Amino acid sequence: MKEVALHALAHSRAGDKGNRLNMSLIPYDPAHYELIAAQVTEARVLDLFRHRGATHCTRHDLPNLHAFNFVVEEVLEGGVNGSLNLDGHGKTHSFRLLELTIRLPA
Amino acid sequence: MTARAGGAELRLMNTFHLGNGAGFSGDRVDAPIPVLRSLIARGGPSAMFFETLGERTVALAHLEKRANPARGYEPMLERLLDPILVDAHAHRIPLLGNWGAANPPAAALAVARLALAKGLPDLRIGLVEGDDVTPLVAGGQLPVHEADAGLDMGAWSLIAANAYIGAEPLVEALAQGADVVVAGRTSDPALAIAPLAHHFGWRFDDWERLALGAATGHLLECGSQVTGGVFWDPGFKDIPDPANIGFPIAEVTEGGGLVITKPEGTGGIVDLRTVKEQLLYELHDPAHYITPDVVLDITQCRLEQVGPDRVAVHGLRGAPRPDTLKVTASFEGSWLGEGEVSVAGPNALARARATADVLLERMKRRGLDVRARVDLIGVASVHDDDGGSLWRGYNGPEPQDIRIRLAVEARTRDDADQAAREVLAMLCCGTAGTGGARWRVTPRILTRSHLVLRERVPTRVTTLTARDMAAREIAA
Repeated sequence: MKEVALHALAHSRAGDKGNRLNMSLIPYDPAHYELIAAQVTEARVLDLFRHRGATHCTRHDLPNLHAFNFVVEEVLEGGVNGSLNLDGHGKTHSFRLLELTIRLPA
Repeated sequence: MTARAGGAELRLMNTFHLGNGAGFSGDRVDAPIPVLRSLIARGGPSAMFFETLGERTVALAHLEKRANPARGYEPMLERLLDPILVDAHAHRIPLLGNWGAANPPAAALAVARLALAKGLPDLRIGLVEGDDVTPLVAGGQLPVHEADAGLDMGAWSLIAANAYIGAEPLVEALAQGADVVVAGRTSDPALAIAPLAHHFGWRFDDWERLALGAATGHLLECGSQVTGGVFWDPGFKDIPDPANIGFPIAEVTEGGGLVITKPEGTGGIVDLRTVKEQLLYELHDPAHYITPDVVLDITQCRLEQVGPDRVAVHGLRGAPRPDTLKVTASFEGSWLGEGEVSVAGPNALARARATADVLLERMKRRGLDVRARVDLIGVASVHDDDGGSLWRGYNGPEPQDIRIRLAVEARTRDDADQAAREVLAMLCCGTAGTGGARWRVTPRILTRSHLVLRERVPTRVTTLTARDMAAREIAA
């Protein structure tokens, strides 16, 4: 079993609406769709943002596009108008998601 | 499609080309030029749209209008139009934008004056008004959107409220022969739906066609974000010539075909990766992307690379539009105070952490009524929380160059200013080798979403020549 960074297997873009963040997750190779579906769970993604008070994560699966959409609630510390964070929109969070690791079958 | 000349001609007849010239207020001002050049070279019917509004942009524009009744529209309006207005008019390519922001009549006047200066007195300007619903929110008549339930604005005063209007009044302006359409708070996709609906004669209950238009708008409304902008990741996702990314062009056919592409000779890229990223951008439930004109469902969407920098979009579905429009209300909020200093070289991390702790201690000693946060830029900042758990817990390699940032929220400008100046004081009172101080205080804007029944937001469309628009405004 070999571990690799999700960044090596997939790409992502983040966007906001108020205090809610969404992040796409798109495998470079559609063959990795199932592997990512099995390992990048809502619970793992929520854990990445718990330090910021995130309360809930939903994953929408788009098998036709070979892509996922994660929606994380209450993660932007008030959003662009309320946050003291330099990145009130949360646009940099796509690369926090890509810090996760994936176990590849031997 | 056949390769015979007749087939190519037929395809041209039935294809509408829609270009995007701006994805936000602050976008590259030279981007529209190659898009227009490409539309002209392609021939056939086409239009361009410019999306320059965000929630904050509208609120800031309202404040600007208060200070100067002749302003409060997109500050780059003239700069965006100047290099393209003459050619767009000569080739009958309409230009649509929500560049009216808080003051569409002032923006229409600015377009009229620019047109007169360019020798285009007969250029027709379509002014769309009616999105400003400030009195309804001020009177407490509109329910708060469920996403903002419990958001209490307390004593903060209302700046303004604008409803996200749909494409129908924009179509009306085009039907009146507008060469330039000036609107305020339209929905972003409406700017794309309108020229398509006008050209193809779509009905506003043809949900399948409107879904095609909404998806076209969604993919194009952020400009370069579908052609390589905010996409490139050197070594992983490279794009050609990132200093010259071509803004997008959509080819839409009468039969419901949609291809995303970009101008010839520009940088950037259109492929399955860029289109997927933008398709899911700022989207929540993929089965219900709500716009004022249609509810878009992309769950059955498929993409196909049909040529270099050409991606076809299939399988879009639409459902009836909601009875209500979304309203964004903005309020004058608290004050943001920010200050930064740098440390670098040996023992930088220890000096940065000490600076952070002293700054927070100073807030308490001064009795400043603020909510404070410290970032250690170069260690952890944008991914961190207000308590700094990531930089406090950091145990990686020793960073060599760190910028310490204090940010506070205060109810008064003076408290925000005094807090930010504590960072400046670290130039003398701080750790060894502290330098590079900057500080500033800015007013904060709070927003809250409401809902309004669409029949309570009547719109007005006035289309006049530049000559008449200028005369009318001067008379008023």
